[in-house]
Formats: sequence, structure tokens, C-alpha cells
Amino acid sequence: MTDSGIEAGGTNLRKDDPPKDDVSGAPAGTPAPDDGSPLVRLEKVNKYFGQLHVLRDIDLSVQRGEVVVVIGPSGGGKSTLCRSINRLEPIDGGVIEVDGRRLPEEGKELARLRADVGMVFQSFNLFAHKTILQNVTLGPMKVRKVAKAEAEREAMALLERVGIGAQAAKYPAQLSGGQQQRAAIARALAMKPKVMLFDEPTSALDPEMVNEVLDVMTGLAREGMTMIVVTHEMGFARRAANKVVFMADGQIVEENTPEEFFTNARTDRARDFLSKILTH
Amino acid sequence: MDQLLDFSPVFENLDQILAGFWATIRIAVVTAVLALLFGTFLTALRVSPIPVLKRTGGFVVNLLRNTPLTLVLAICILAVNDTLKVTLSSVEGVNRYWWGVLGLSVYTSAFVSEALRSGINTVPIGQAEAARSIGLTFTQSLRMIILPQAFRAVIAPLGSVLIAMIKNTTVVGAVAYGSEAAAVMKLMFFDLGASIPIFIGFAIGYLILTLPTGFFFGWLAKRMAVAR
Repeated sequence: MTDSGIEAGGTNLRKDDPPKDDVSGAPAGTPAPDDGSPLVRLEKVNKYFGQLHVLRDIDLSVQRGEVVVVIGPSGGGKSTLCRSINRLEPIDGGVIEVDGRRLPEEGKELARLRADVGMVFQSFNLFAHKTILQNVTLGPMKVRKVAKAEAEREAMALLERVGIGAQAAKYPAQLSGGQQQRAAIARALAMKPKVMLFDEPTSALDPEMVNEVLDVMTGLAREGMTMIVVTHEMGFARRAANKVVFMADGQIVEENTPEEFFTNARTDRARDFLSKILTH
Repeated sequence: MDQLLDFSPVFENLDQILAGFWATIRIAVVTAVLALLFGTFLTALRVSPIPVLKRTGGFVVNLLRNTPLTLVLAICILAVNDTLKVTLSSVEGVNRYWWGVLGLSVYTSAFVSEALRSGINTVPIGQAEAARSIGLTFTQSLRMIILPQAFRAVIAPLGSVLIAMIKNTTVVGAVAYGSEAAAVMKLMFFDLGASIPIFIGFAIGYLILTLPTGFFFGWLAKRMAVAR
């Protein structure tokens, strides 16, 4: 099942979910006029780690405002797919386009593109020698050339929005995992990205901190942020996703709506995977 | 036995000795600044994504690190200054000072670069990935994210490099600039005869320079450590 560009359009399947713990604040993304073209498009993407074929002919389209959740067994290429979209992993074949532009090879062009693609990592990766506030203001000041006062004002608003305004002056190591990940989300949002990539954002968290991060992400999804989320959180996938992409062995095995996928998956591989994780 | 413990030559010539150590300090401080700059530059070359820069950086560091300081300084003074007539100042004393500082700086920069590169290896790869993912260029992420953390990780070993450099100023005295402390000691040995008290006097002088340097860098390393 590797049709490209299926389920285009922004029909919001998550609206039936009652709003809870909504993260209020100004909308982060500035949705460009929707001309129907996908915001992120992958075509015949291939990637090898030595002999290992980790991405096999990946076709994927993500529309503006769409929330795509990528799930699947470990080693199936989910993270690699996520990281290839801002070229943290270079690909060996195929095309990746963001907002109609092909990913540049290297240099300043690539840096400019990355500024428009927010990324949240499994291990947070906050800059260890800078305070939370400095972590959030660095990109806007150095890449977007925003004045310091303005950058700090916006950063504080973002930190309040993710619920850690009181931690602004602290260093990353002084925060809990959940707080660090929320700071990392604020850092990515500060760049006003067109799309946000989440690479297993809750996998390194203690169980009691998973929800505070997922709540922030759910809030973002409701506000219309375009998101590609690699996760094992099936609850989040059901609640916030427009589309579930099931990956295994470097291939997209199934693309489906969350309801269909979790209740009536089309492929044996997906049903097998779900039976293993949903039985307990 | 009397002569063995007679420190009067040290006290009688104290102004001369202090002038020598003042010259040592002038060499050491300027060299420290230049060596840190050159060393950082060499490190930037060695971690750059451009292969030719990477190789150049590695070659220069290996060349300097494996050449005796005496030879580096002799090339500066005898080859470049005396033979090729490239001078750094029209005043001979100033000229030889700068050649000495320059030679010691490039030599020390190789060791600074090695320390710094090991510091870069302590910075998790995720820091660089996060820097790139918010749109920082290679030079920006090196300058704002990687090097500041690398420096903090290697403050203590950098202290050792600087202590070695302070002691290496004695080679500058022998080859290039004869006003520094060790050269003064040699002159005193000529004039007054080599004696243990003079020797001890100069040894204490060097300890006064190097011990606090070590303590300072040890303290700084603790203070600036990056919590992860």
C-alpha cells in the first residue's frame, strides 16, 4: 500500500474528540493558502545504511494542517523517515519536497529550509550550556534576525503556552524530562515552522510525564499545525491523527484513517503488530 | 656549605630577576591568547565538512605537534627572519620578541587543538542535530553550540597545555628573545657562578607563575562544567 497522495484535503477527523486540556495561545503555524498541493511530499525515497535497505520506495504526502502519525515495529525505518525530511539523514534516491521545494543538498539553502521545519527529538537535545529561555530565543535571533526583546517576549509566551514559563531561567539539566521536552517543543515553535517533525517524543520519558507532552502536541494538532509524528502512543494516534502510516521493514505497509486502522486494519502485517501491542 | 645557602645573589639581583620574569609573563600572556585563537581555528578546520580543510588541519597539527619547539623557533628566527629578512618590527628586540611569541603560539596551538578536539567528542551528537534543525549554519552551530561546550569540557587539560607553554618560554629565551627569566638566569650563572640558591630562586619564580595557573584552571573547570 504505497499510493502517493491519498486522502488529500483537510477533513478534520479529530474534531469529534471533546476538547480537553487545550493549550491556549496564539496559533503557531501561519497556514498558507491551501492550493491543494501537499506541504511535504516524498516520492520513491530510498536510503541505505551500508547493506541495510532502511527506506524502500517511500511515497508519502502530507497536506497542510494534516497530522500524520507513523507507527510500526522498531527498526522499521520510522525515525529514519522522519529525520530524512529535514535532511538530518541524507537519502540515496528519490525526491523530498517541502512546500513545493526540493530539499537543498547542503549549505545556507539547507539551513533556511530547516528553519521552516521544526524538529523534536526523542532525547530532547536542549542546548546544555544555555538556559531554557536562551534555548528558545537562539534560533529566532540568529536565524530569523529577530531583536532580542521581541524574541524573548515571544519565547516567554511560548513557554507559558507549554506550561513551563517559571522554568525560563533554569538550565536543561535542572528540569524533568517532560519539562525538557516541552521546552524543546517551544524551541521548535519559536521558528514559526511550516511543519513539525516529532521523532518518538515521549519514548525517553518516565510514564507519568508522557501525558503532559502529549497534551501539548494534541493542542498543537487542534490549532492546525502540520505534524509528522513517529510514536508508540496509540492513544495519541487515535485522538489527534488524520492519518496513520504503518511502517515495517523500510516500507509503508498501510496508510489509513485512525479509526479504520485500529479497528479494521487492511494488512496482515498491521493486524499482527496491533494484536501484539493492544492485548495488554 | 655557606655558599650553598647564601641567597644574597638572588636578593642583590632581584630587579634583574623580576625584569626577566616580567618578560616571561609578557611572552606567556600574548602566546596564550594567540595559541587559543590558532588552536580553535585549527580545530574548526579539522571538524569542517570540507575534506580538503579537514586534511589541512590534521596535517598542520601533526606537523607542529611532532616538531621540537627549538626547531620551530629556529625556523622562525634563523630561516624566516635572518635569511629571508622577514621582520615583524624594525626594533630588533621587539622583532625577536614577536618571532618568539609567534613560534611558541603556533607550536602550542597544535596541543590546544588536540585538547579541543577531544572536547568536541564529549558533546553529544544530538546537540549538533538540534542546532542544525533550527536552521543554524555549520559555522553558527560550531561557534554557538559545539565549541562553547567543548571548551568547558577541556578547561582542565587546557590548563596543562598552558602550564607547559609557560615553561616553554624558556626555549624562546634560548633561541629568540634573550630577555626572559631563563636567559637572565644563564647570564647570572656566567657572572656570579652557577649556584643552588640562584637556581632555587628562579625555580620558585616559575612555580609562582605555574601553580596558580593550574589552580585557577581547576577551579574554572568545576565552575563552568556543563550539567547534562
